[in-house]
This record gives sequence, structure tokens and C-alpha cells, in this order.
Amino acid sequence: MNTAPQILPDSVDALVALLGAENYLCDRRLATALFLSLTLKRPLFLEGEPGVGKTELAKSLARAMDAPLLRVQCYEGLDVAQTTYEWNIARQMIEIRLAEAAHDVDHDRLARQLYSREMLIERPLLQALTQDRSPVLLIDELDRADEPFDAYLLEVLGENQITIPELGVIRAGAPPITLITSNRTREVHDALKRRCLYHWVEFPSVERELQILRLKAPGAPERLARQVVEFVQRMRTLDLFKAPGVAETIDWTNALVALNAIRLDPASVSDTLGVLLKHQDDIVRMSHGETGKLLDELRARALLD
Amino acid sequence: MIAENIVHFARVLRGAGMRVGPDRVLAAIAAVEAVGLDRREDVRAALSAVMLDRHEQQTLFDAAFEAFWRDPKLLEQMMYLLLPKVSGRGDLQPPPRASRLAQALAAPRAAEPPTSGERAKQDEIRFDIEFSFSERERLQRADFETMTAEEFALAQSLAEHVPLPIEPVLRRRHEAASRGNPDLRATLQRMIRQPQMLTIQFSRARRELPPLVVLLDISGSMDRYARLFLHYVHGLTRRHLRVQTFTFGTRLTNVTRLLRDRDPDVALQRAGAQVQDWKGGTRIASCLDEFNRRWARRVLTGNAAVLLVTDGLDRDDRGALADAAARLHRLAHEVVWLNPLLRFDGFEPKAAGVRALLPHVDRFLPMHNLESLIDLGRALRQPTRSPMSWLH
Repeated sequence: MNTAPQILPDSVDALVALLGAENYLCDRRLATALFLSLTLKRPLFLEGEPGVGKTELAKSLARAMDAPLLRVQCYEGLDVAQTTYEWNIARQMIEIRLAEAAHDVDHDRLARQLYSREMLIERPLLQALTQDRSPVLLIDELDRADEPFDAYLLEVLGENQITIPELGVIRAGAPPITLITSNRTREVHDALKRRCLYHWVEFPSVERELQILRLKAPGAPERLARQVVEFVQRMRTLDLFKAPGVAETIDWTNALVALNAIRLDPASVSDTLGVLLKHQDDIVRMSHGETGKLLDELRARALLD
Repeated sequence: MIAENIVHFARVLRGAGMRVGPDRVLAAIAAVEAVGLDRREDVRAALSAVMLDRHEQQTLFDAAFEAFWRDPKLLEQMMYLLLPKVSGRGDLQPPPRASRLAQALAAPRAAEPPTSGERAKQDEIRFDIEFSFSERERLQRADFETMTAEEFALAQSLAEHVPLPIEPVLRRRHEAASRGNPDLRATLQRMIRQPQMLTIQFSRARRELPPLVVLLDISGSMDRYARLFLHYVHGLTRRHLRVQTFTFGTRLTNVTRLLRDRDPDVALQRAGAQVQDWKGGTRIASCLDEFNRRWARRVLTGNAAVLLVTDGLDRDDRGALADAAARLHRLAHEVVWLNPLLRFDGFEPKAAGVRALLPHVDRFLPMHNLESLIDLGRALRQPTRSPMSWLH
């Protein structure tokens, strides 16, 4: 365990460099928002299309800051037992049984014993408040959880504390660095957003996406990488049900490299379209002429020979 | 100096309708101090991180930022000219709420029948609306008569007492119950109080009505029912928190916010003013497609059910309608089609649009002779029919 004190980056540039060292390239606006979240100690609420690197940011930040990463993956019906804490009921039962066997049932003492800290099983939210070093707390895809969970998070996010009815309030010694992501399948409550900094993660520009590809798909020839990026960027302007994210671009490039493609051509594109698009309607639409049109455009711009 | 400017800037944003409270102003000042004033882009990113809470506000924010940090005075004048309503939110004309109030004050009295001349004229107009499709989009505003006191009471009780034609769904969240799965935590808490007794407590998955999305056809052929359904949906919106309402004729409009007003007349007036395609033609296919693309992922969460209110008379291509309906069917937990039929009792699914829609709904509820909310209540109590039983 590293016991050196955590040092926060002292400027936006320092943060960009720090993340860059972990192979995460982020644009300056995102870096500024994250920098503020670190300095002002406020949670950062990230929204954006799937696959633009929201979750990846939390992972890279944790590595860069050398902090533990605690992750709450949200889904409907998420409750306290899965996110925050749970009483160790088996141990409590044994404790009661022991007290009975010893004919020593003192109500108050027993109650205190049963609901002490040792009987608590900590889950990520509570763990995030009980670390020595500020951990990175990632609350992933909050839009998948139901509204009651939003309300439950208010206390954790606003005050860095959790109230356990049987035990009292637990306050964070080292407040966590909290990142919340949402794909926006529902609108998250304003009260929660008000406690956070907000950033909408855009699709990256051509140049940045190309840089990302160089890092994440080093096997791809430069020319192919550029073709892929231009093709995908153009695809995002089409009215598809689900535009491909950066994650898909990386997967697609790796797929093309695995198939030994050295440049985009109609056959290799249509063979691998499933890596890029996840909706049948989109795939059908692309295979019916759109692919050819985009490739022609690339050729017209002399990106394709 | 910079603090003063930020306060000023926040006021401008507030004037433009963004909710920028004093807490955000304080945070903004701290944020700008943290990033420093060296780079304009950093200041912009810092302010936007603090002051925005949804992506749509970005455009407005950027425009305001551009203008403000060049010349605050100029911006203020521009805003003043462009948004006169914003500066005087209190001066908005209160929408009329006459008849219900007047009626509530006066003694109850039978409604006077319209004179025969008037009625003939009304019928003529209606004929025109129902049977002539204008190729052009008919951009029309609805003129709702204000609601009578009886109608109001009826709409409320309908929304409260008539069961919705949708199935409750099982949630993953549990609630205490007399039987079900043993709840060890509750059991143990019970034992602390009575250590001698082991009384097992139970919990079970909660059953509740799913969120509801109403897609209401307001085209010419649906004219006489649209008002009825809007009253009913308004009642529902007041009762359930999670009702999203869209109207469609030639275009799709989200009227959820407008229907949130407590007063049904105000709510309907507002909806009437906002929706532009009353009594025009119908493009069900393109409207459903737009819904699928733009809204479905955002409003059809949590096993949402779709209440599709339309007569299925569509001008669009039939194949497109089937495709859009099929996609909607896959996205929604359940699609229930309420079809108010034109006066005929013996319904035959002959229209192409009806035949295209039927295979893609879970339940079908034909409604005959809808003249009033009473009829609607009666129709909603009817059992729904399996849609396939209509197609032989």
C-alpha cells in the first residue's frame, strides 16, 4: 500500500499530461472540468453517447493518481445492500445464539454488539468513505438505476457521509473523487446534478481520434487508421439509431488488422460492420449503398486509392 | 472584479431561462479562481462545468459567453430586445379559465342545445375536416372550449378509479409482505426486541404500474376524440408521476410539460398553443419513426408501456408504418392500442394502416361511440382483445 500523500495536479496542463501518461487523451474542456472537480472537491457528472470514454476516464484517473477505484455499476432496483452496506446476518445470528447459550441475554448490550462496525459488510459506496487515501469512486450508468437511488446518492455526494440507522453517521476522512456517468436513457434528477459539475463528453475530433487509435490500436498502418477515422466520423453524421463510439472505432480497427486489411474496401467493410454497428436496421442501411457512398467520398478526398 | 462579472453573467443566464442559483455563482467564482484567467477557453470550460446541467443548454451558454465576455452591456441589451417575456415573467396574461369557475359559482342548469342553424354549420365544418386530407400540412391551433365542472370531476375520477389497460410490472425493489422471501435483516431486528421468539419476516418484489407513454393522434379524423383523451391524460398526469405524452398528426410534439399544470384548462390551452398540427393529416409512420429515434431511448425506460391512441388511418407508406410499429413494439414493454372508431359498431380491420399496425401491438381496445368522458370510462373498462384475433 502506498502511503505517500496524494498530490493533486496543480493545473489543467498537468492533469492533461498525467492522463496522457496513462494513455488517456482528453480534450481540454473535459480536462478543465475534471481539474475543477479535483480542486473544488465536487463530483463530476459525465454525460454522453455510449463509447466516448466516460468509464475509461475514471479508470485512467485512478491509475494516474495511484488511487483505488471503487465502482458501482447501476441497474434497476439497486439498493442499499448492494451499494453501501449489509449487516452480516450470519454472524449476528451466531452472536444471539451464543448469548442465549450463556444465559446472558442483556438486551442493550446484545443490541450494541449486534450492530457494531464489525458486523457491517462494506459495499463500494461505504468503502469509498472509509479509505485512508481518497479513492476514485465511479458510479457507472446512473441512468440505469431507478429514481429512488438518485435520492439516496444525495447524502453521499453532497456531504460525503452515509447514515446507517442502527449505527449513526459515517463521515469520510479522505473524501472520494467521484465520477458519475450516464448515457442519458433517462433524465437524472436536478437535485443530484446541482451537487455535481457537469460535462457532456463529445465525440473526439478527427485528429484526436487518430491519436487515440495510434495508442489503442498500434498494429494498424497509419493510412488505414486515417481511413477508419474519417469513415467513422462521416458515419456519425448519418442519422443512425446508434452512432459508433470511440470504443467501436478501436474494436473495428483491431478487427480490420486481424483480417489483414491494409485499406478500406467494400468487402472488408461489410464483413466487419457488426463490430461497428449494433442495430440491425443500421447495418441493413449501411450495406444498402451507404457504405459505397462513404467510400467514394473518401476516394474523392484522395484518402483512399 | 471577476466575481462581479460572474454574478452579472449568471443573472444573464438566469434571464435566459437557465437555473443558475447563488450556489452556482459561488462555485463559479471558485472555479474560475482555480483554473486562472490565462486562457479564455479554460474560463469557458470552467463556467460551463459549473453552470450547465444538461447538454441542450450548451448552445445558449456558448452564445451568451461569446457575447458577454466581449461586451456585457451589449449582451444585456440584446437579451432585453430578444426576450421581452423573460424580463417580466409575472406579466404573462393569465389564460382564461372562465366556464368552470362561472359554472361552479352559478346554480347547476342543463346545457342549452345549440340552435339548428349553428349545428348545421358545425357539421359542415366537421365534414370538411374529417374527409378532406389537405396535402399541405395543416398548421392549425386547437380551440378548446373550457372544461365544465362535471367534465373536470369526471376526468379526475376516471383517472383515479378506472384501471389502466396495462399490466403492472414486477420491480427488483422489495417491500415488506406477509409472505414471500424471508427478510433476514427485518427478522433479526425483530429478534432484538424479542430474543425468545423467531418470527420470520417476509418481503416480496414490488408490483407497480410501469411508466406510461401516451402517443395521441390529433389529426382531423381524430378531432372529436383528441380533447376527450387529453382530459383523461391530464387526469393521469396529475395522478401518476411518470406519464409522458406526445401528440402527433403530421409532426410529433412532446406535451408532457404542458400537461403538468394543475388546472386542466390552462394545461389544455397551453398544449393547444404549442401543438401546430391539430386537425391536419396523419403521418403515423414518420411520427412513430421520429419517436423511435429521438425519444424512445429516453422515455421508454423502466419497462414503460405505450398507450397508442389512433384510428390507424394513415397516409404514409404501409411498409414504413409496419417497420416503425415493429420497432416501437420491440422497444416498449407493452404497446396497447386504443382505437376510437368512427361511429361504426361493427369494426372490420380493412384500412391498410390498421392491418399494418395490428400485428405489432400487444393489446387492442376498440372503442365505439365515444361522445363523452363517460363513454371513455365505459370503454376503458372493457376487456382488451388480442390484436391477432382481428386478422384472419
